[in-house]
Amino acid sequence: MSADAGPRGIAPQLARIVAEPYYQPIGDEVALFESAHRRRLPVLLKGPTGCGKTRFVEYMAWRLQRPLVTVACHDDLTTADLVGRYLIVGNETVWVDGPLTAAVRAGAICYLDEIVEARKDTTVVIHPLADARRILAVDKRGELVAAPADFMLVVSYNPGYQSVLKEIKPSTRQRFVALDFDYPEAAIEAGIVAAEGGVDAQTARRLVKLAELTRNLKGAGLDEGASTRLLVHAAQLIADGVQPATACTAAVARALTDDPEMTGTLDDLVHAVF
Amino acid sequence: MTSSTPSSRKLFSNELEQRLDELLFASTSHRSAKGIADGLERLRREQQERVLHWVGVAAQSYAEIGYLVATLAPRALERLDAAGFEAWVLAGLDAYDRLGGQHAMALLRDLEGFCAAREHAPAAARFADIEVRLARFIQGLSGRALALSAGTFPHTDTETVFLPAQLASLPTQDGNRRLYKATAALLWAQTRYGTFGSSAVDIQSALARWPDRERALRWFAALEAVRLEVVLGAELPGLAAEIAALRGPWPQELRPAVERLGRADAAVSHSLTFLAECMAGDAEPPLLPHAGAIDIEAALRVRAARIAREAEVVRRALSTLKGFGGRQGAGEQAPAVNLEGGKLEFSLDGEALALPPEAQAAAQSLLQDLGELPPECLVPAGPGAWLPTEREVGEGGGEDALTSHREPHRRYDEWDYRRRAYRRGWCHLFEVALAPGDADYVAEVSLRNTALIRQIRRRFEMLRGEDRLLGRQPEGEEVDVDALVEAAGDRASGAEPSARLFCRRIRNERSLAAMFMVDMSGSTKGWVNDAERESLVMLCEALETLGDAYAIYGFSGWTRTRCDIYPVKRFDERYDAAVRGRIAAIEAKDYTRMGVAIRHLTQLLEAQPARHKLLVTLSDGRPDDFGDEYRGHYGIEDTRRALQEAHECGVRSYCITIDRHGADYLPRLYGPARYTVLDDARKLPLKVAEIYRRLAT
Repeated sequence: MSADAGPRGIAPQLARIVAEPYYQPIGDEVALFESAHRRRLPVLLKGPTGCGKTRFVEYMAWRLQRPLVTVACHDDLTTADLVGRYLIVGNETVWVDGPLTAAVRAGAICYLDEIVEARKDTTVVIHPLADARRILAVDKRGELVAAPADFMLVVSYNPGYQSVLKEIKPSTRQRFVALDFDYPEAAIEAGIVAAEGGVDAQTARRLVKLAELTRNLKGAGLDEGASTRLLVHAAQLIADGVQPATACTAAVARALTDDPEMTGTLDDLVHAVF
Repeated sequence: MTSSTPSSRKLFSNELEQRLDELLFASTSHRSAKGIADGLERLRREQQERVLHWVGVAAQSYAEIGYLVATLAPRALERLDAAGFEAWVLAGLDAYDRLGGQHAMALLRDLEGFCAAREHAPAAARFADIEVRLARFIQGLSGRALALSAGTFPHTDTETVFLPAQLASLPTQDGNRRLYKATAALLWAQTRYGTFGSSAVDIQSALARWPDRERALRWFAALEAVRLEVVLGAELPGLAAEIAALRGPWPQELRPAVERLGRADAAVSHSLTFLAECMAGDAEPPLLPHAGAIDIEAALRVRAARIAREAEVVRRALSTLKGFGGRQGAGEQAPAVNLEGGKLEFSLDGEALALPPEAQAAAQSLLQDLGELPPECLVPAGPGAWLPTEREVGEGGGEDALTSHREPHRRYDEWDYRRRAYRRGWCHLFEVALAPGDADYVAEVSLRNTALIRQIRRRFEMLRGEDRLLGRQPEGEEVDVDALVEAAGDRASGAEPSARLFCRRIRNERSLAAMFMVDMSGSTKGWVNDAERESLVMLCEALETLGDAYAIYGFSGWTRTRCDIYPVKRFDERYDAAVRGRIAAIEAKDYTRMGVAIRHLTQLLEAQPARHKLLVTLSDGRPDDFGDEYRGHYGIEDTRRALQEAHECGVRSYCITIDRHGADYLPRLYGPARYTVLDDARKLPLKVAEIYRRLAT
């Protein structure tokens, strides 16, 4: 049973990012990432949800002019989902590269989002890619794919989850250059919210103030405070003509919790700011 | 209300006296209920029944309160409707729970005061109702933790905000709730924006100028309310607007203050300057219902203690950091403090120092109190280990504290079905270590039951989460060759081939944490206790095979002030010799106050990361405790409530009992299919592992 469509079978087409994604650098993360790319080192992005990790990777892919393959990890993700599998066409089998294999072959940036969500035995497949060997073993085809110089592996995770099950294994962790992400300082965050959400500076500052208040509640009824992403959502609603308090209630307060009492508190905080 | 009387005939005095005697029997005073019964005779039957019901409820807590309720009832019913009467008794009982009999009696006797407050009652907001929401609101605002507590008048000592138990000064309940929020926010602002001074401003000496300190403090509080509202408005315009709407226009006396202090950058020193002008005149400060008072002594005392404590924490943390104090000869050098952008950063020789989170929080808090870091905390403390605070060290040695002070580890609320309300902090819970029992007991049981254990192990091995390969799936990681061959055959013969040509790997991951709650009440003495211990041995064998997270706790107690929980095996402990020794040490102790045990163990279970959580109770009877109160309905209802709370937390509960009458009350507690009644204690060891298998698959 050999593959029908050439020795590689079907390889998914990878697109490049054409337009510059909006990204506001906070520290030296751009230079570090570029350096890691030059030295062929994989990168681990740590930070709470909605603080700009994915946007950063998109921005870097654009900057480095590499295609970007993003895989959102989940707990049913199998090795085959990453590496590839045989499909059947007529009486023949055809090999289809998974996103990881496709990224390796194309010298793309492969971004595994929320890697802790994937099962630990699945993530082991990236180990030989993430050290000096830089190879991907495609067992089912008996193939070793060597990564070209441009290929880069990026993974992200949110250390805020307190669950012991959501920890990254040391053997995985210790292969990466780690970059810490957090919500930016108030002034910068307000700039981001204004730019992305299309609101004036004062509204953006108030939104950031609201986020700060909710972040004070982390661990006291909230798992996470409002992320920059939520603020941008609220800002976009406001820019579209929704009343600020209504926008914040919908995009921030309701998005953070289902608990009625907590919702009440968040409403109070929204009304304190707006 | 349980007026279950068919007749509507009024009760006569002698009948009332008899009923009252029954209800108040527990009283030691043996007073005659004759006079009280005479008073009740003229009431309507339905009122009489209501009084008798609540006298009974009150007498369960304290017979004297029962007497008082019965005595005052005719007068109370003249003034209050049914709901009002109920609220009056409940307020008294609440005071009894919190403050004791004297306060409760005083509150009940002050019928006039209660009625006056009650007239606003539809509009009144109660602290207890808004406490949680308000506490979170304040936490959201604050950089530093600030507790909320009920107090006689609104003020803050800089660590706790005290608010009155009830507010009724506005005509609507919503208005009064807003008033709570406004008051709490302004009190928070006092701690946040320097009302109690900074390193540059000494409030104590500034206030010492005036002999009429009371008046000075009242003026100061009013001026601060003006200043803080504007300061708040800079960051929280919505909140400031709400406060402004609540207070209405400023009183005439404060108008000049509004002009002078109404700037976002106004500091406490401006208020103090203005205070001098106010004190020079002879006007009294206006009463501002939304502004709290200032208890300067309490605030400064708490503040000074905190500053000393936190300065020490920061000093010690800095001392242990690399290159500062830890390095020989570098001891004289103080680190540079950088305050840019509200962030506090330390550096030494240009190198950033990262403080541990506790010390960083302490430094931030010092900054809030003083506006700068006290120089003494930047001086090295010499070599020494890093200690967070004295208090935490004290908590480490909790064993001694337990035996000497008998301060409970936790207090839990208990549900009183008659009041349809919780009794706050009613049960005192102690975690008590079990002295290890016979080390050979478990080995001996295992030996005696070798065959059974082998069987249990084999059964549970089959349950272990293992991967299965499912064939003939529409999609999957591998091709199912059998299905493919078959499909090719079908196609060749003209039949429609199946599209299910793949294998898929199914992973069974067990994510279950089980908590076993073992009845150690006196009634388990003998056979039952033996059976419980043996069944725990079987269970441990089964669960070790299965690999589920599990914990075992015994419970017993003697009244609400001594609810004991005995850890046998905690979740993070292995099934080792120590655990085996504790299983052997399980013995019959006192009573079965189940609700508090369920609440405590639910909390422990909730902290487990597993997806499914199971609470299994091994018991020999209904909830019971010393004294008549818990026995019977009360205990059942409280236990039911505790199980409901557990259910809300995602904990599923199950009960295995050998009480043959269990079928009477267990369905009400656990639900129809959530319990097993064994007719013989000796079957327990055989059954428990089996029941668990049924539950956990």
